[in-house]
Amino acid sequence: MKSKDRNYFKILRAGINTTYQDLGRNNLYHIGIPFSGAMDKRNFQLLNSLLQNDYNSPVIEFAYQGPHLKYFGKDIFFCISGNVSFKIITKEGVIDGNSYQCYLLKNGDEVDIHSTNKSVYGYFSINGTFSVDYYWGSCSINTQAQIGPNNGNKFSKDLEIEIIDINNSFNKRKLDYLGSTIENIRVIKGTNYDYFSESSQNKFFKESFKITKLSDRMGMRLQGPKIENIVDPNIKSEGLVKGVIQITSAGDPIIMLSDHGTIGGYPKIATVISADYDRLVQLTPGSNIKFKDVSLEDAETLYKLYQMETNNLIFQIK
Amino acid sequence: MIKNILNLGDAALYCDFGSDVNQEINSNVIKYFYHIKKLNLRGITNLTPSYNKLIISYDLNIHSFLSLKKKIENIEIKENNKLEKNLIKIPVCCDNNFALDIKRVENKLKLKSEIILEKFFSKNYFCYMTGFVAGMPFLGDLNQEMRLKRLETPRVKVPKGSVGITEQFCNIYTFETPGGWNILGNTPQNIFDTSNQSNPNLVNPGDTIKFYRITLDQYNEIKR
Repeated sequence: MKSKDRNYFKILRAGINTTYQDLGRNNLYHIGIPFSGAMDKRNFQLLNSLLQNDYNSPVIEFAYQGPHLKYFGKDIFFCISGNVSFKIITKEGVIDGNSYQCYLLKNGDEVDIHSTNKSVYGYFSINGTFSVDYYWGSCSINTQAQIGPNNGNKFSKDLEIEIIDINNSFNKRKLDYLGSTIENIRVIKGTNYDYFSESSQNKFFKESFKITKLSDRMGMRLQGPKIENIVDPNIKSEGLVKGVIQITSAGDPIIMLSDHGTIGGYPKIATVISADYDRLVQLTPGSNIKFKDVSLEDAETLYKLYQMETNNLIFQIK
Repeated sequence: MIKNILNLGDAALYCDFGSDVNQEINSNVIKYFYHIKKLNLRGITNLTPSYNKLIISYDLNIHSFLSLKKKIENIEIKENNKLEKNLIKIPVCCDNNFALDIKRVENKLKLKSEIILEKFFSKNYFCYMTGFVAGMPFLGDLNQEMRLKRLETPRVKVPKGSVGITEQFCNIYTFETPGGWNILGNTPQNIFDTSNQSNPNLVNPGDTIKFYRITLDQYNEIKR
């Protein structure tokens, strides 16, 4: 391909943990490969809807500090979802951008994604398709197992992000949305709930836990009152799912997130409900959270309501 | 054969086959796993067999706990369904550079290293499950006199290819990862192949593993 026919971004600064993500890969737990995929599925869905892309199109996920990208090619639109501060640098000057709003980029323009505000993950995409390779039906990068495009590694400086397809019939759209936050994380009691002393069970639901810096796409480590195990600090290793809260031998909770190890041997005290997962992963280290116990039936209803809310937001895109 | 089905969170069934770890219970788990996998049920997003549990993850937009539980309970599997078993031979080098914990194992088991390795290589091992990280096989069972606990403090990085033991089990580290098993050697063979998307695992649940010992020269030859 001649260079003048190319449409691509050059990464001037990669950011802290910038990867391609989509909805992730299914039915591979039995060989040790987790779902992966966008951590915050609502913001993933909103972004592809705003850009009129296919619902499972690849997007660029970033955490805390995002990438600084320079664009080369014919006119294109981009959009960012999440609670994100970014600047658009053009020949006319520099402007502050707003999330959930589409912007035009011309050859030589730059997007500098400074940070996510009071949140962890943000998403960037275009009215088109990034050129990515698929591994087991997904382009999600799992850096732990080195699976995915870019040899399974996060983005680095000078990487060139190729675009294979631009939707020319695209019209600029936007959504008025401030995001949704949460303080209480709702959970269902786990299969080893009775491994813990009654006073620890009470503490688990009454006291708050701090999210530590040891948190990433694999898991979130919490600090708070020690949870006392009165049966056995280990179980025979068995399958995990995202949202499971294990208690380590030291008595601290650890929540499994999208890139988690597929089996584990710590007892499970509870599991975060599906309706609260997107908002859980957006909580920054240092935040305090409280767990609230809900029934399975309520969790199923709450998930339906959460999905309806997402669909309403998609409907409001204009 | 499933004793009980519980929920793990709001989007997974937790099928309990018992609390013991043995090949009979595990073979039942594996039979269910392969059977359900073959059925290719819509809305099932993951199946995770382990020693004595099978976890079935599902899409909440398609199933609810009770409806899927009923479906799984109605599955009939004949006890005499034969498991497909492969015998896989895996070379292991126990050179000092690879046998990171041989001294510790000597001390704990009160056996000489040559005896430990002789006992280790004299047995075939059954694959109970694979996972934690991509392709890692959990194998068993070690002879009674070969059993010891994991390291008090896990290693931050266990080299890729390391072959380790703990309790009645042995495994192979398919990636460099943190871990606390007692490392006896290293295999030059690639156990997980990302480029082989239809069958990335060399070892699958139900398979039998025969480790055989190689010299450092042979190791380097295979690596090349």
